[in-house]
Amino acid sequence: MINLFYISTEIFLSLSILLLLIIGVFKKNSASFVYNFSIIILLFGLAININLNPQSPIDLFNNSYKIDNFTTLIKSIILISTFLVMLCSFNYVKQNEILKIEYPILILSSILGMLVMVSSNDLMVFYVGLELQSLALYVLAAFKRDNILSSESGLKYFVLSALSSGLLLYGCSLVYGFSSSTNFDLIYQNSESIEYGIIFGIVFILVGLAFKITAVPFHMWAPDVYDGSPTSVTVIFAILPKIAALTVFINFLYGPFLEMFDQWQAVIIFLSIGSMVFGAVAAIGQKKLKRLIAYSSISHMGFALAGLSVGTNEGIQNSIIYLIIYLIMNIAFFSCLFMLKRENQYFDKVEDLSGLSKNHPLLSLSMMIILFSLAGIPPLAGFFAKFYIFTAVIEQSMYFLAIVGLLSTVIAAFYYIRLIKVMYFDEQREKYDLNHSFGLKMILVVSSTIILIYFINPNIINNFVSNITII
Amino acid sequence: MNFPIISSLILLPSIGALFLFFINSKNITGIKYVSLFVSIINFLISIYLWLIFDQSSYEFQFVESRVWIKDFINYKVGVDGISILFIILTTFITPLCILSVNSSIKSRLKEFLIAILLMETLMIGVFCSLDLVIFYLFFEGGLIPMFLIIGIWGGERRVYSAFKFFLFTLLGSVLMLIAVISIYWIAGTTDVEELYKLGIDPKYQKLLWLAFFSSFAVKTPMWPVHTWLPDAHVEAPTAGSVLLAAVLLKMAGYGFIRFSIGLFPIASEYFVPFIFIISLIAIIYTSLVALMQDDMKKLIAYSSVAHMGFVTLGLFTFTQQGVEGGIFQMISHGIVSAALFFSVGVVYDRTHSRRINDYGGLVNVMPKYSILLMVFTLGSLGLPGTTGFIGEFLILMGTFKKSFLVAAIASLGVILGAAYMLWLYKRVVFGELTNQKLLKIIDLNKNELFILTLLALSIIFFGFYPDPFSNTYSLSVENFLNEYNDKLNNYNLNQ
Repeated sequence: MINLFYISTEIFLSLSILLLLIIGVFKKNSASFVYNFSIIILLFGLAININLNPQSPIDLFNNSYKIDNFTTLIKSIILISTFLVMLCSFNYVKQNEILKIEYPILILSSILGMLVMVSSNDLMVFYVGLELQSLALYVLAAFKRDNILSSESGLKYFVLSALSSGLLLYGCSLVYGFSSSTNFDLIYQNSESIEYGIIFGIVFILVGLAFKITAVPFHMWAPDVYDGSPTSVTVIFAILPKIAALTVFINFLYGPFLEMFDQWQAVIIFLSIGSMVFGAVAAIGQKKLKRLIAYSSISHMGFALAGLSVGTNEGIQNSIIYLIIYLIMNIAFFSCLFMLKRENQYFDKVEDLSGLSKNHPLLSLSMMIILFSLAGIPPLAGFFAKFYIFTAVIEQSMYFLAIVGLLSTVIAAFYYIRLIKVMYFDEQREKYDLNHSFGLKMILVVSSTIILIYFINPNIINNFVSNITII
Repeated sequence: MNFPIISSLILLPSIGALFLFFINSKNITGIKYVSLFVSIINFLISIYLWLIFDQSSYEFQFVESRVWIKDFINYKVGVDGISILFIILTTFITPLCILSVNSSIKSRLKEFLIAILLMETLMIGVFCSLDLVIFYLFFEGGLIPMFLIIGIWGGERRVYSAFKFFLFTLLGSVLMLIAVISIYWIAGTTDVEELYKLGIDPKYQKLLWLAFFSSFAVKTPMWPVHTWLPDAHVEAPTAGSVLLAAVLLKMAGYGFIRFSIGLFPIASEYFVPFIFIISLIAIIYTSLVALMQDDMKKLIAYSSVAHMGFVTLGLFTFTQQGVEGGIFQMISHGIVSAALFFSVGVVYDRTHSRRINDYGGLVNVMPKYSILLMVFTLGSLGLPGTTGFIGEFLILMGTFKKSFLVAAIASLGVILGAAYMLWLYKRVVFGELTNQKLLKIIDLNKNELFILTLLALSIIFFGFYPDPFSNTYSLSVENFLNEYNDKLNNYNLNQ
């Protein structure tokens, strides 16, 4: 008898999606209702997920599905950040006329795919989860279908993502061919002697995953897709798939392929250095905030990967802390973007921030905190994220990676403080609207306060991950 | 448990800043009084700390230690004879900066004072942190308020200067961060007291020393990475320049004593010739550059580089006189350069020009100002009877013990210092009153008179009677040098 209790989050989400579809079909003009209802569903899903709290790892469905405290933590992070994203983007969605019943339902399906991905312990299950989340995201990227940029970004994302999925599948088949199993545990057992076929497979799988987290050199789609998609979708791109894909990185590399650490470590270090440096350099010339944050997120993924390349439990834990702080900073940043609104029009150019501090002192203050934190200046949370990563990196004497990473933060600091310069030193412009929803304001205030006062007690976030043991 | 006096020193300005945050920004008098009140209270606490400080002990006193990041870093602060003086310097200068904003800051006063108070927190934190990570946090955190002070309230080229300041300093200090983390993995702790006892494996010392040096050299600033300083000084508002010159530069000098020399004695000994050479270049070269400036603030900024060259020279002699001289020179330079920047601020507020050629003959219209400026000029060039003399004299004495040639070249710097300062004074104060605008200029108002007189009095008082300072630090310096020599001898025996 399979214990279905442990996948109740997934079951709950699937049933809710079906229910929402039915409501959407039979009730007219119910988009707003469906949207709000799905926010509540996410909260319930979160509650169910936290309630699981497995003491020991649990294997389900012939060992192809795994629940332990690590996957539960990541699932909670995914659910809570989706909740926050949907809460803060409601006004944006409404005013850009993309509030249709499909919108929240697609987000929920994408989340469902991610949850499956995170828990998967089998290549097939993993691929099913990955495709579910990607397919939903293709549609979301093109959701503003009258807008040429949005359609372009959806198409671009679809074509490139399909290519990367193809590579990934090819890698999976290679791994299956040389280890004669798709189950992670069996692959681990069967691949004791290192064979080139498996290494090729790993590289192909890593390419596919690197595409999802926009690691250099598989990042080309990110700026265009981030820029073209509606901002409410961009924020999802910037956070959720990355959390899920990085978790899969951890599950993959430290699960079936742990023995081949020496082989894949070089690949991860390469991805990490490339992303850190390229993300920092390429963002300098950007004029649009969404493109800028795309490059910035490329750079941040480089740091998270640096933590994974270390090969210790601390490295993994510190990467997860990095992800948590990264998502807080990103949600805060995008809440600021949602506030740059005048007469139902949203602004997303760097020059639109000009002189913001005179008209909107509080908004620009929190924006400044967020930007300094993204740049990694102490004592803000972003500094600690990097500090932990480099603590793990230097423990293994990987000084080259540490020095390159820290030098790239100096380059990256340039474009972050350029935004601060625009806000604080330049001439002011027209005022923006002030009628933001309560949820949006709360999210901005709370997240920037967390960033600001994180240093008072860093243990709070660290405690979440301190009992995670992968290796 | 004792009252956490050091933590309250660190926290009080931040609490004041938080309080200011909630005051309506139109209530200008209220804002000024609150910030002034907070900073004066902080000054009084620091004086109290000095009074109850036990001068017959070289140990760290008033040490507070708490778990901060579990199993990793402790929040640990404390003072010894060296750091307490820098804390007093900080708490002494900050109220004066706040007093000076009356005339120089026209817009966003509230934000400015918040930045100044936050800066005070961070500066005090730097001087009393006894853990490398905590030190790094305070050291780097200072970038944010200073960047804003230069960028928002600065002059015409403020953006360029603010960026240069920020990126130079950040670039220097990221390497220090790597070194700090490496020390944690090499020695197992980042607690400074523990590290003093344990010592750091000699094979790593040189690289670690270089990493720390890269940060401190930018901040000191040493030639050739000093170029951000003139720009930052020129564009920063008066209070910003004062904080920068009086306290921020001292963070690096303090860092050299506490960390570079204290933690890596073997590497420090190894790099002495290197430090001597770049200190000498700084002294001679920047003095010559200062001679050619036509901008008053730039001239004083270059003179700061030269004076800090003396400081590094003195610290790396590892003699009692040299190190004491270095510390005294830092305190003295803190007061004198603050006074000089205040003085430039006074005339800049009236005429909006920093060019030396726009002035001349000020003695006719501003007699009080001219007298006080005379004191500061003499203090800067090191006339006996001012604090500047004691510092330079001790440093040169220590250097003579080490090397005659180096001391001889450094003495040239003293002459050049006299040249550019006296020439500056002559061009600004004496001569014909040619600029018509200056006819209507008014002499010091009460506020400015108070600030400048206080600074002038302390320059002269401590110039004649330096004992309060030297009694405080001499034992710590002695012990510090003993430990240094012990470690060096141990190492040489083992070789």
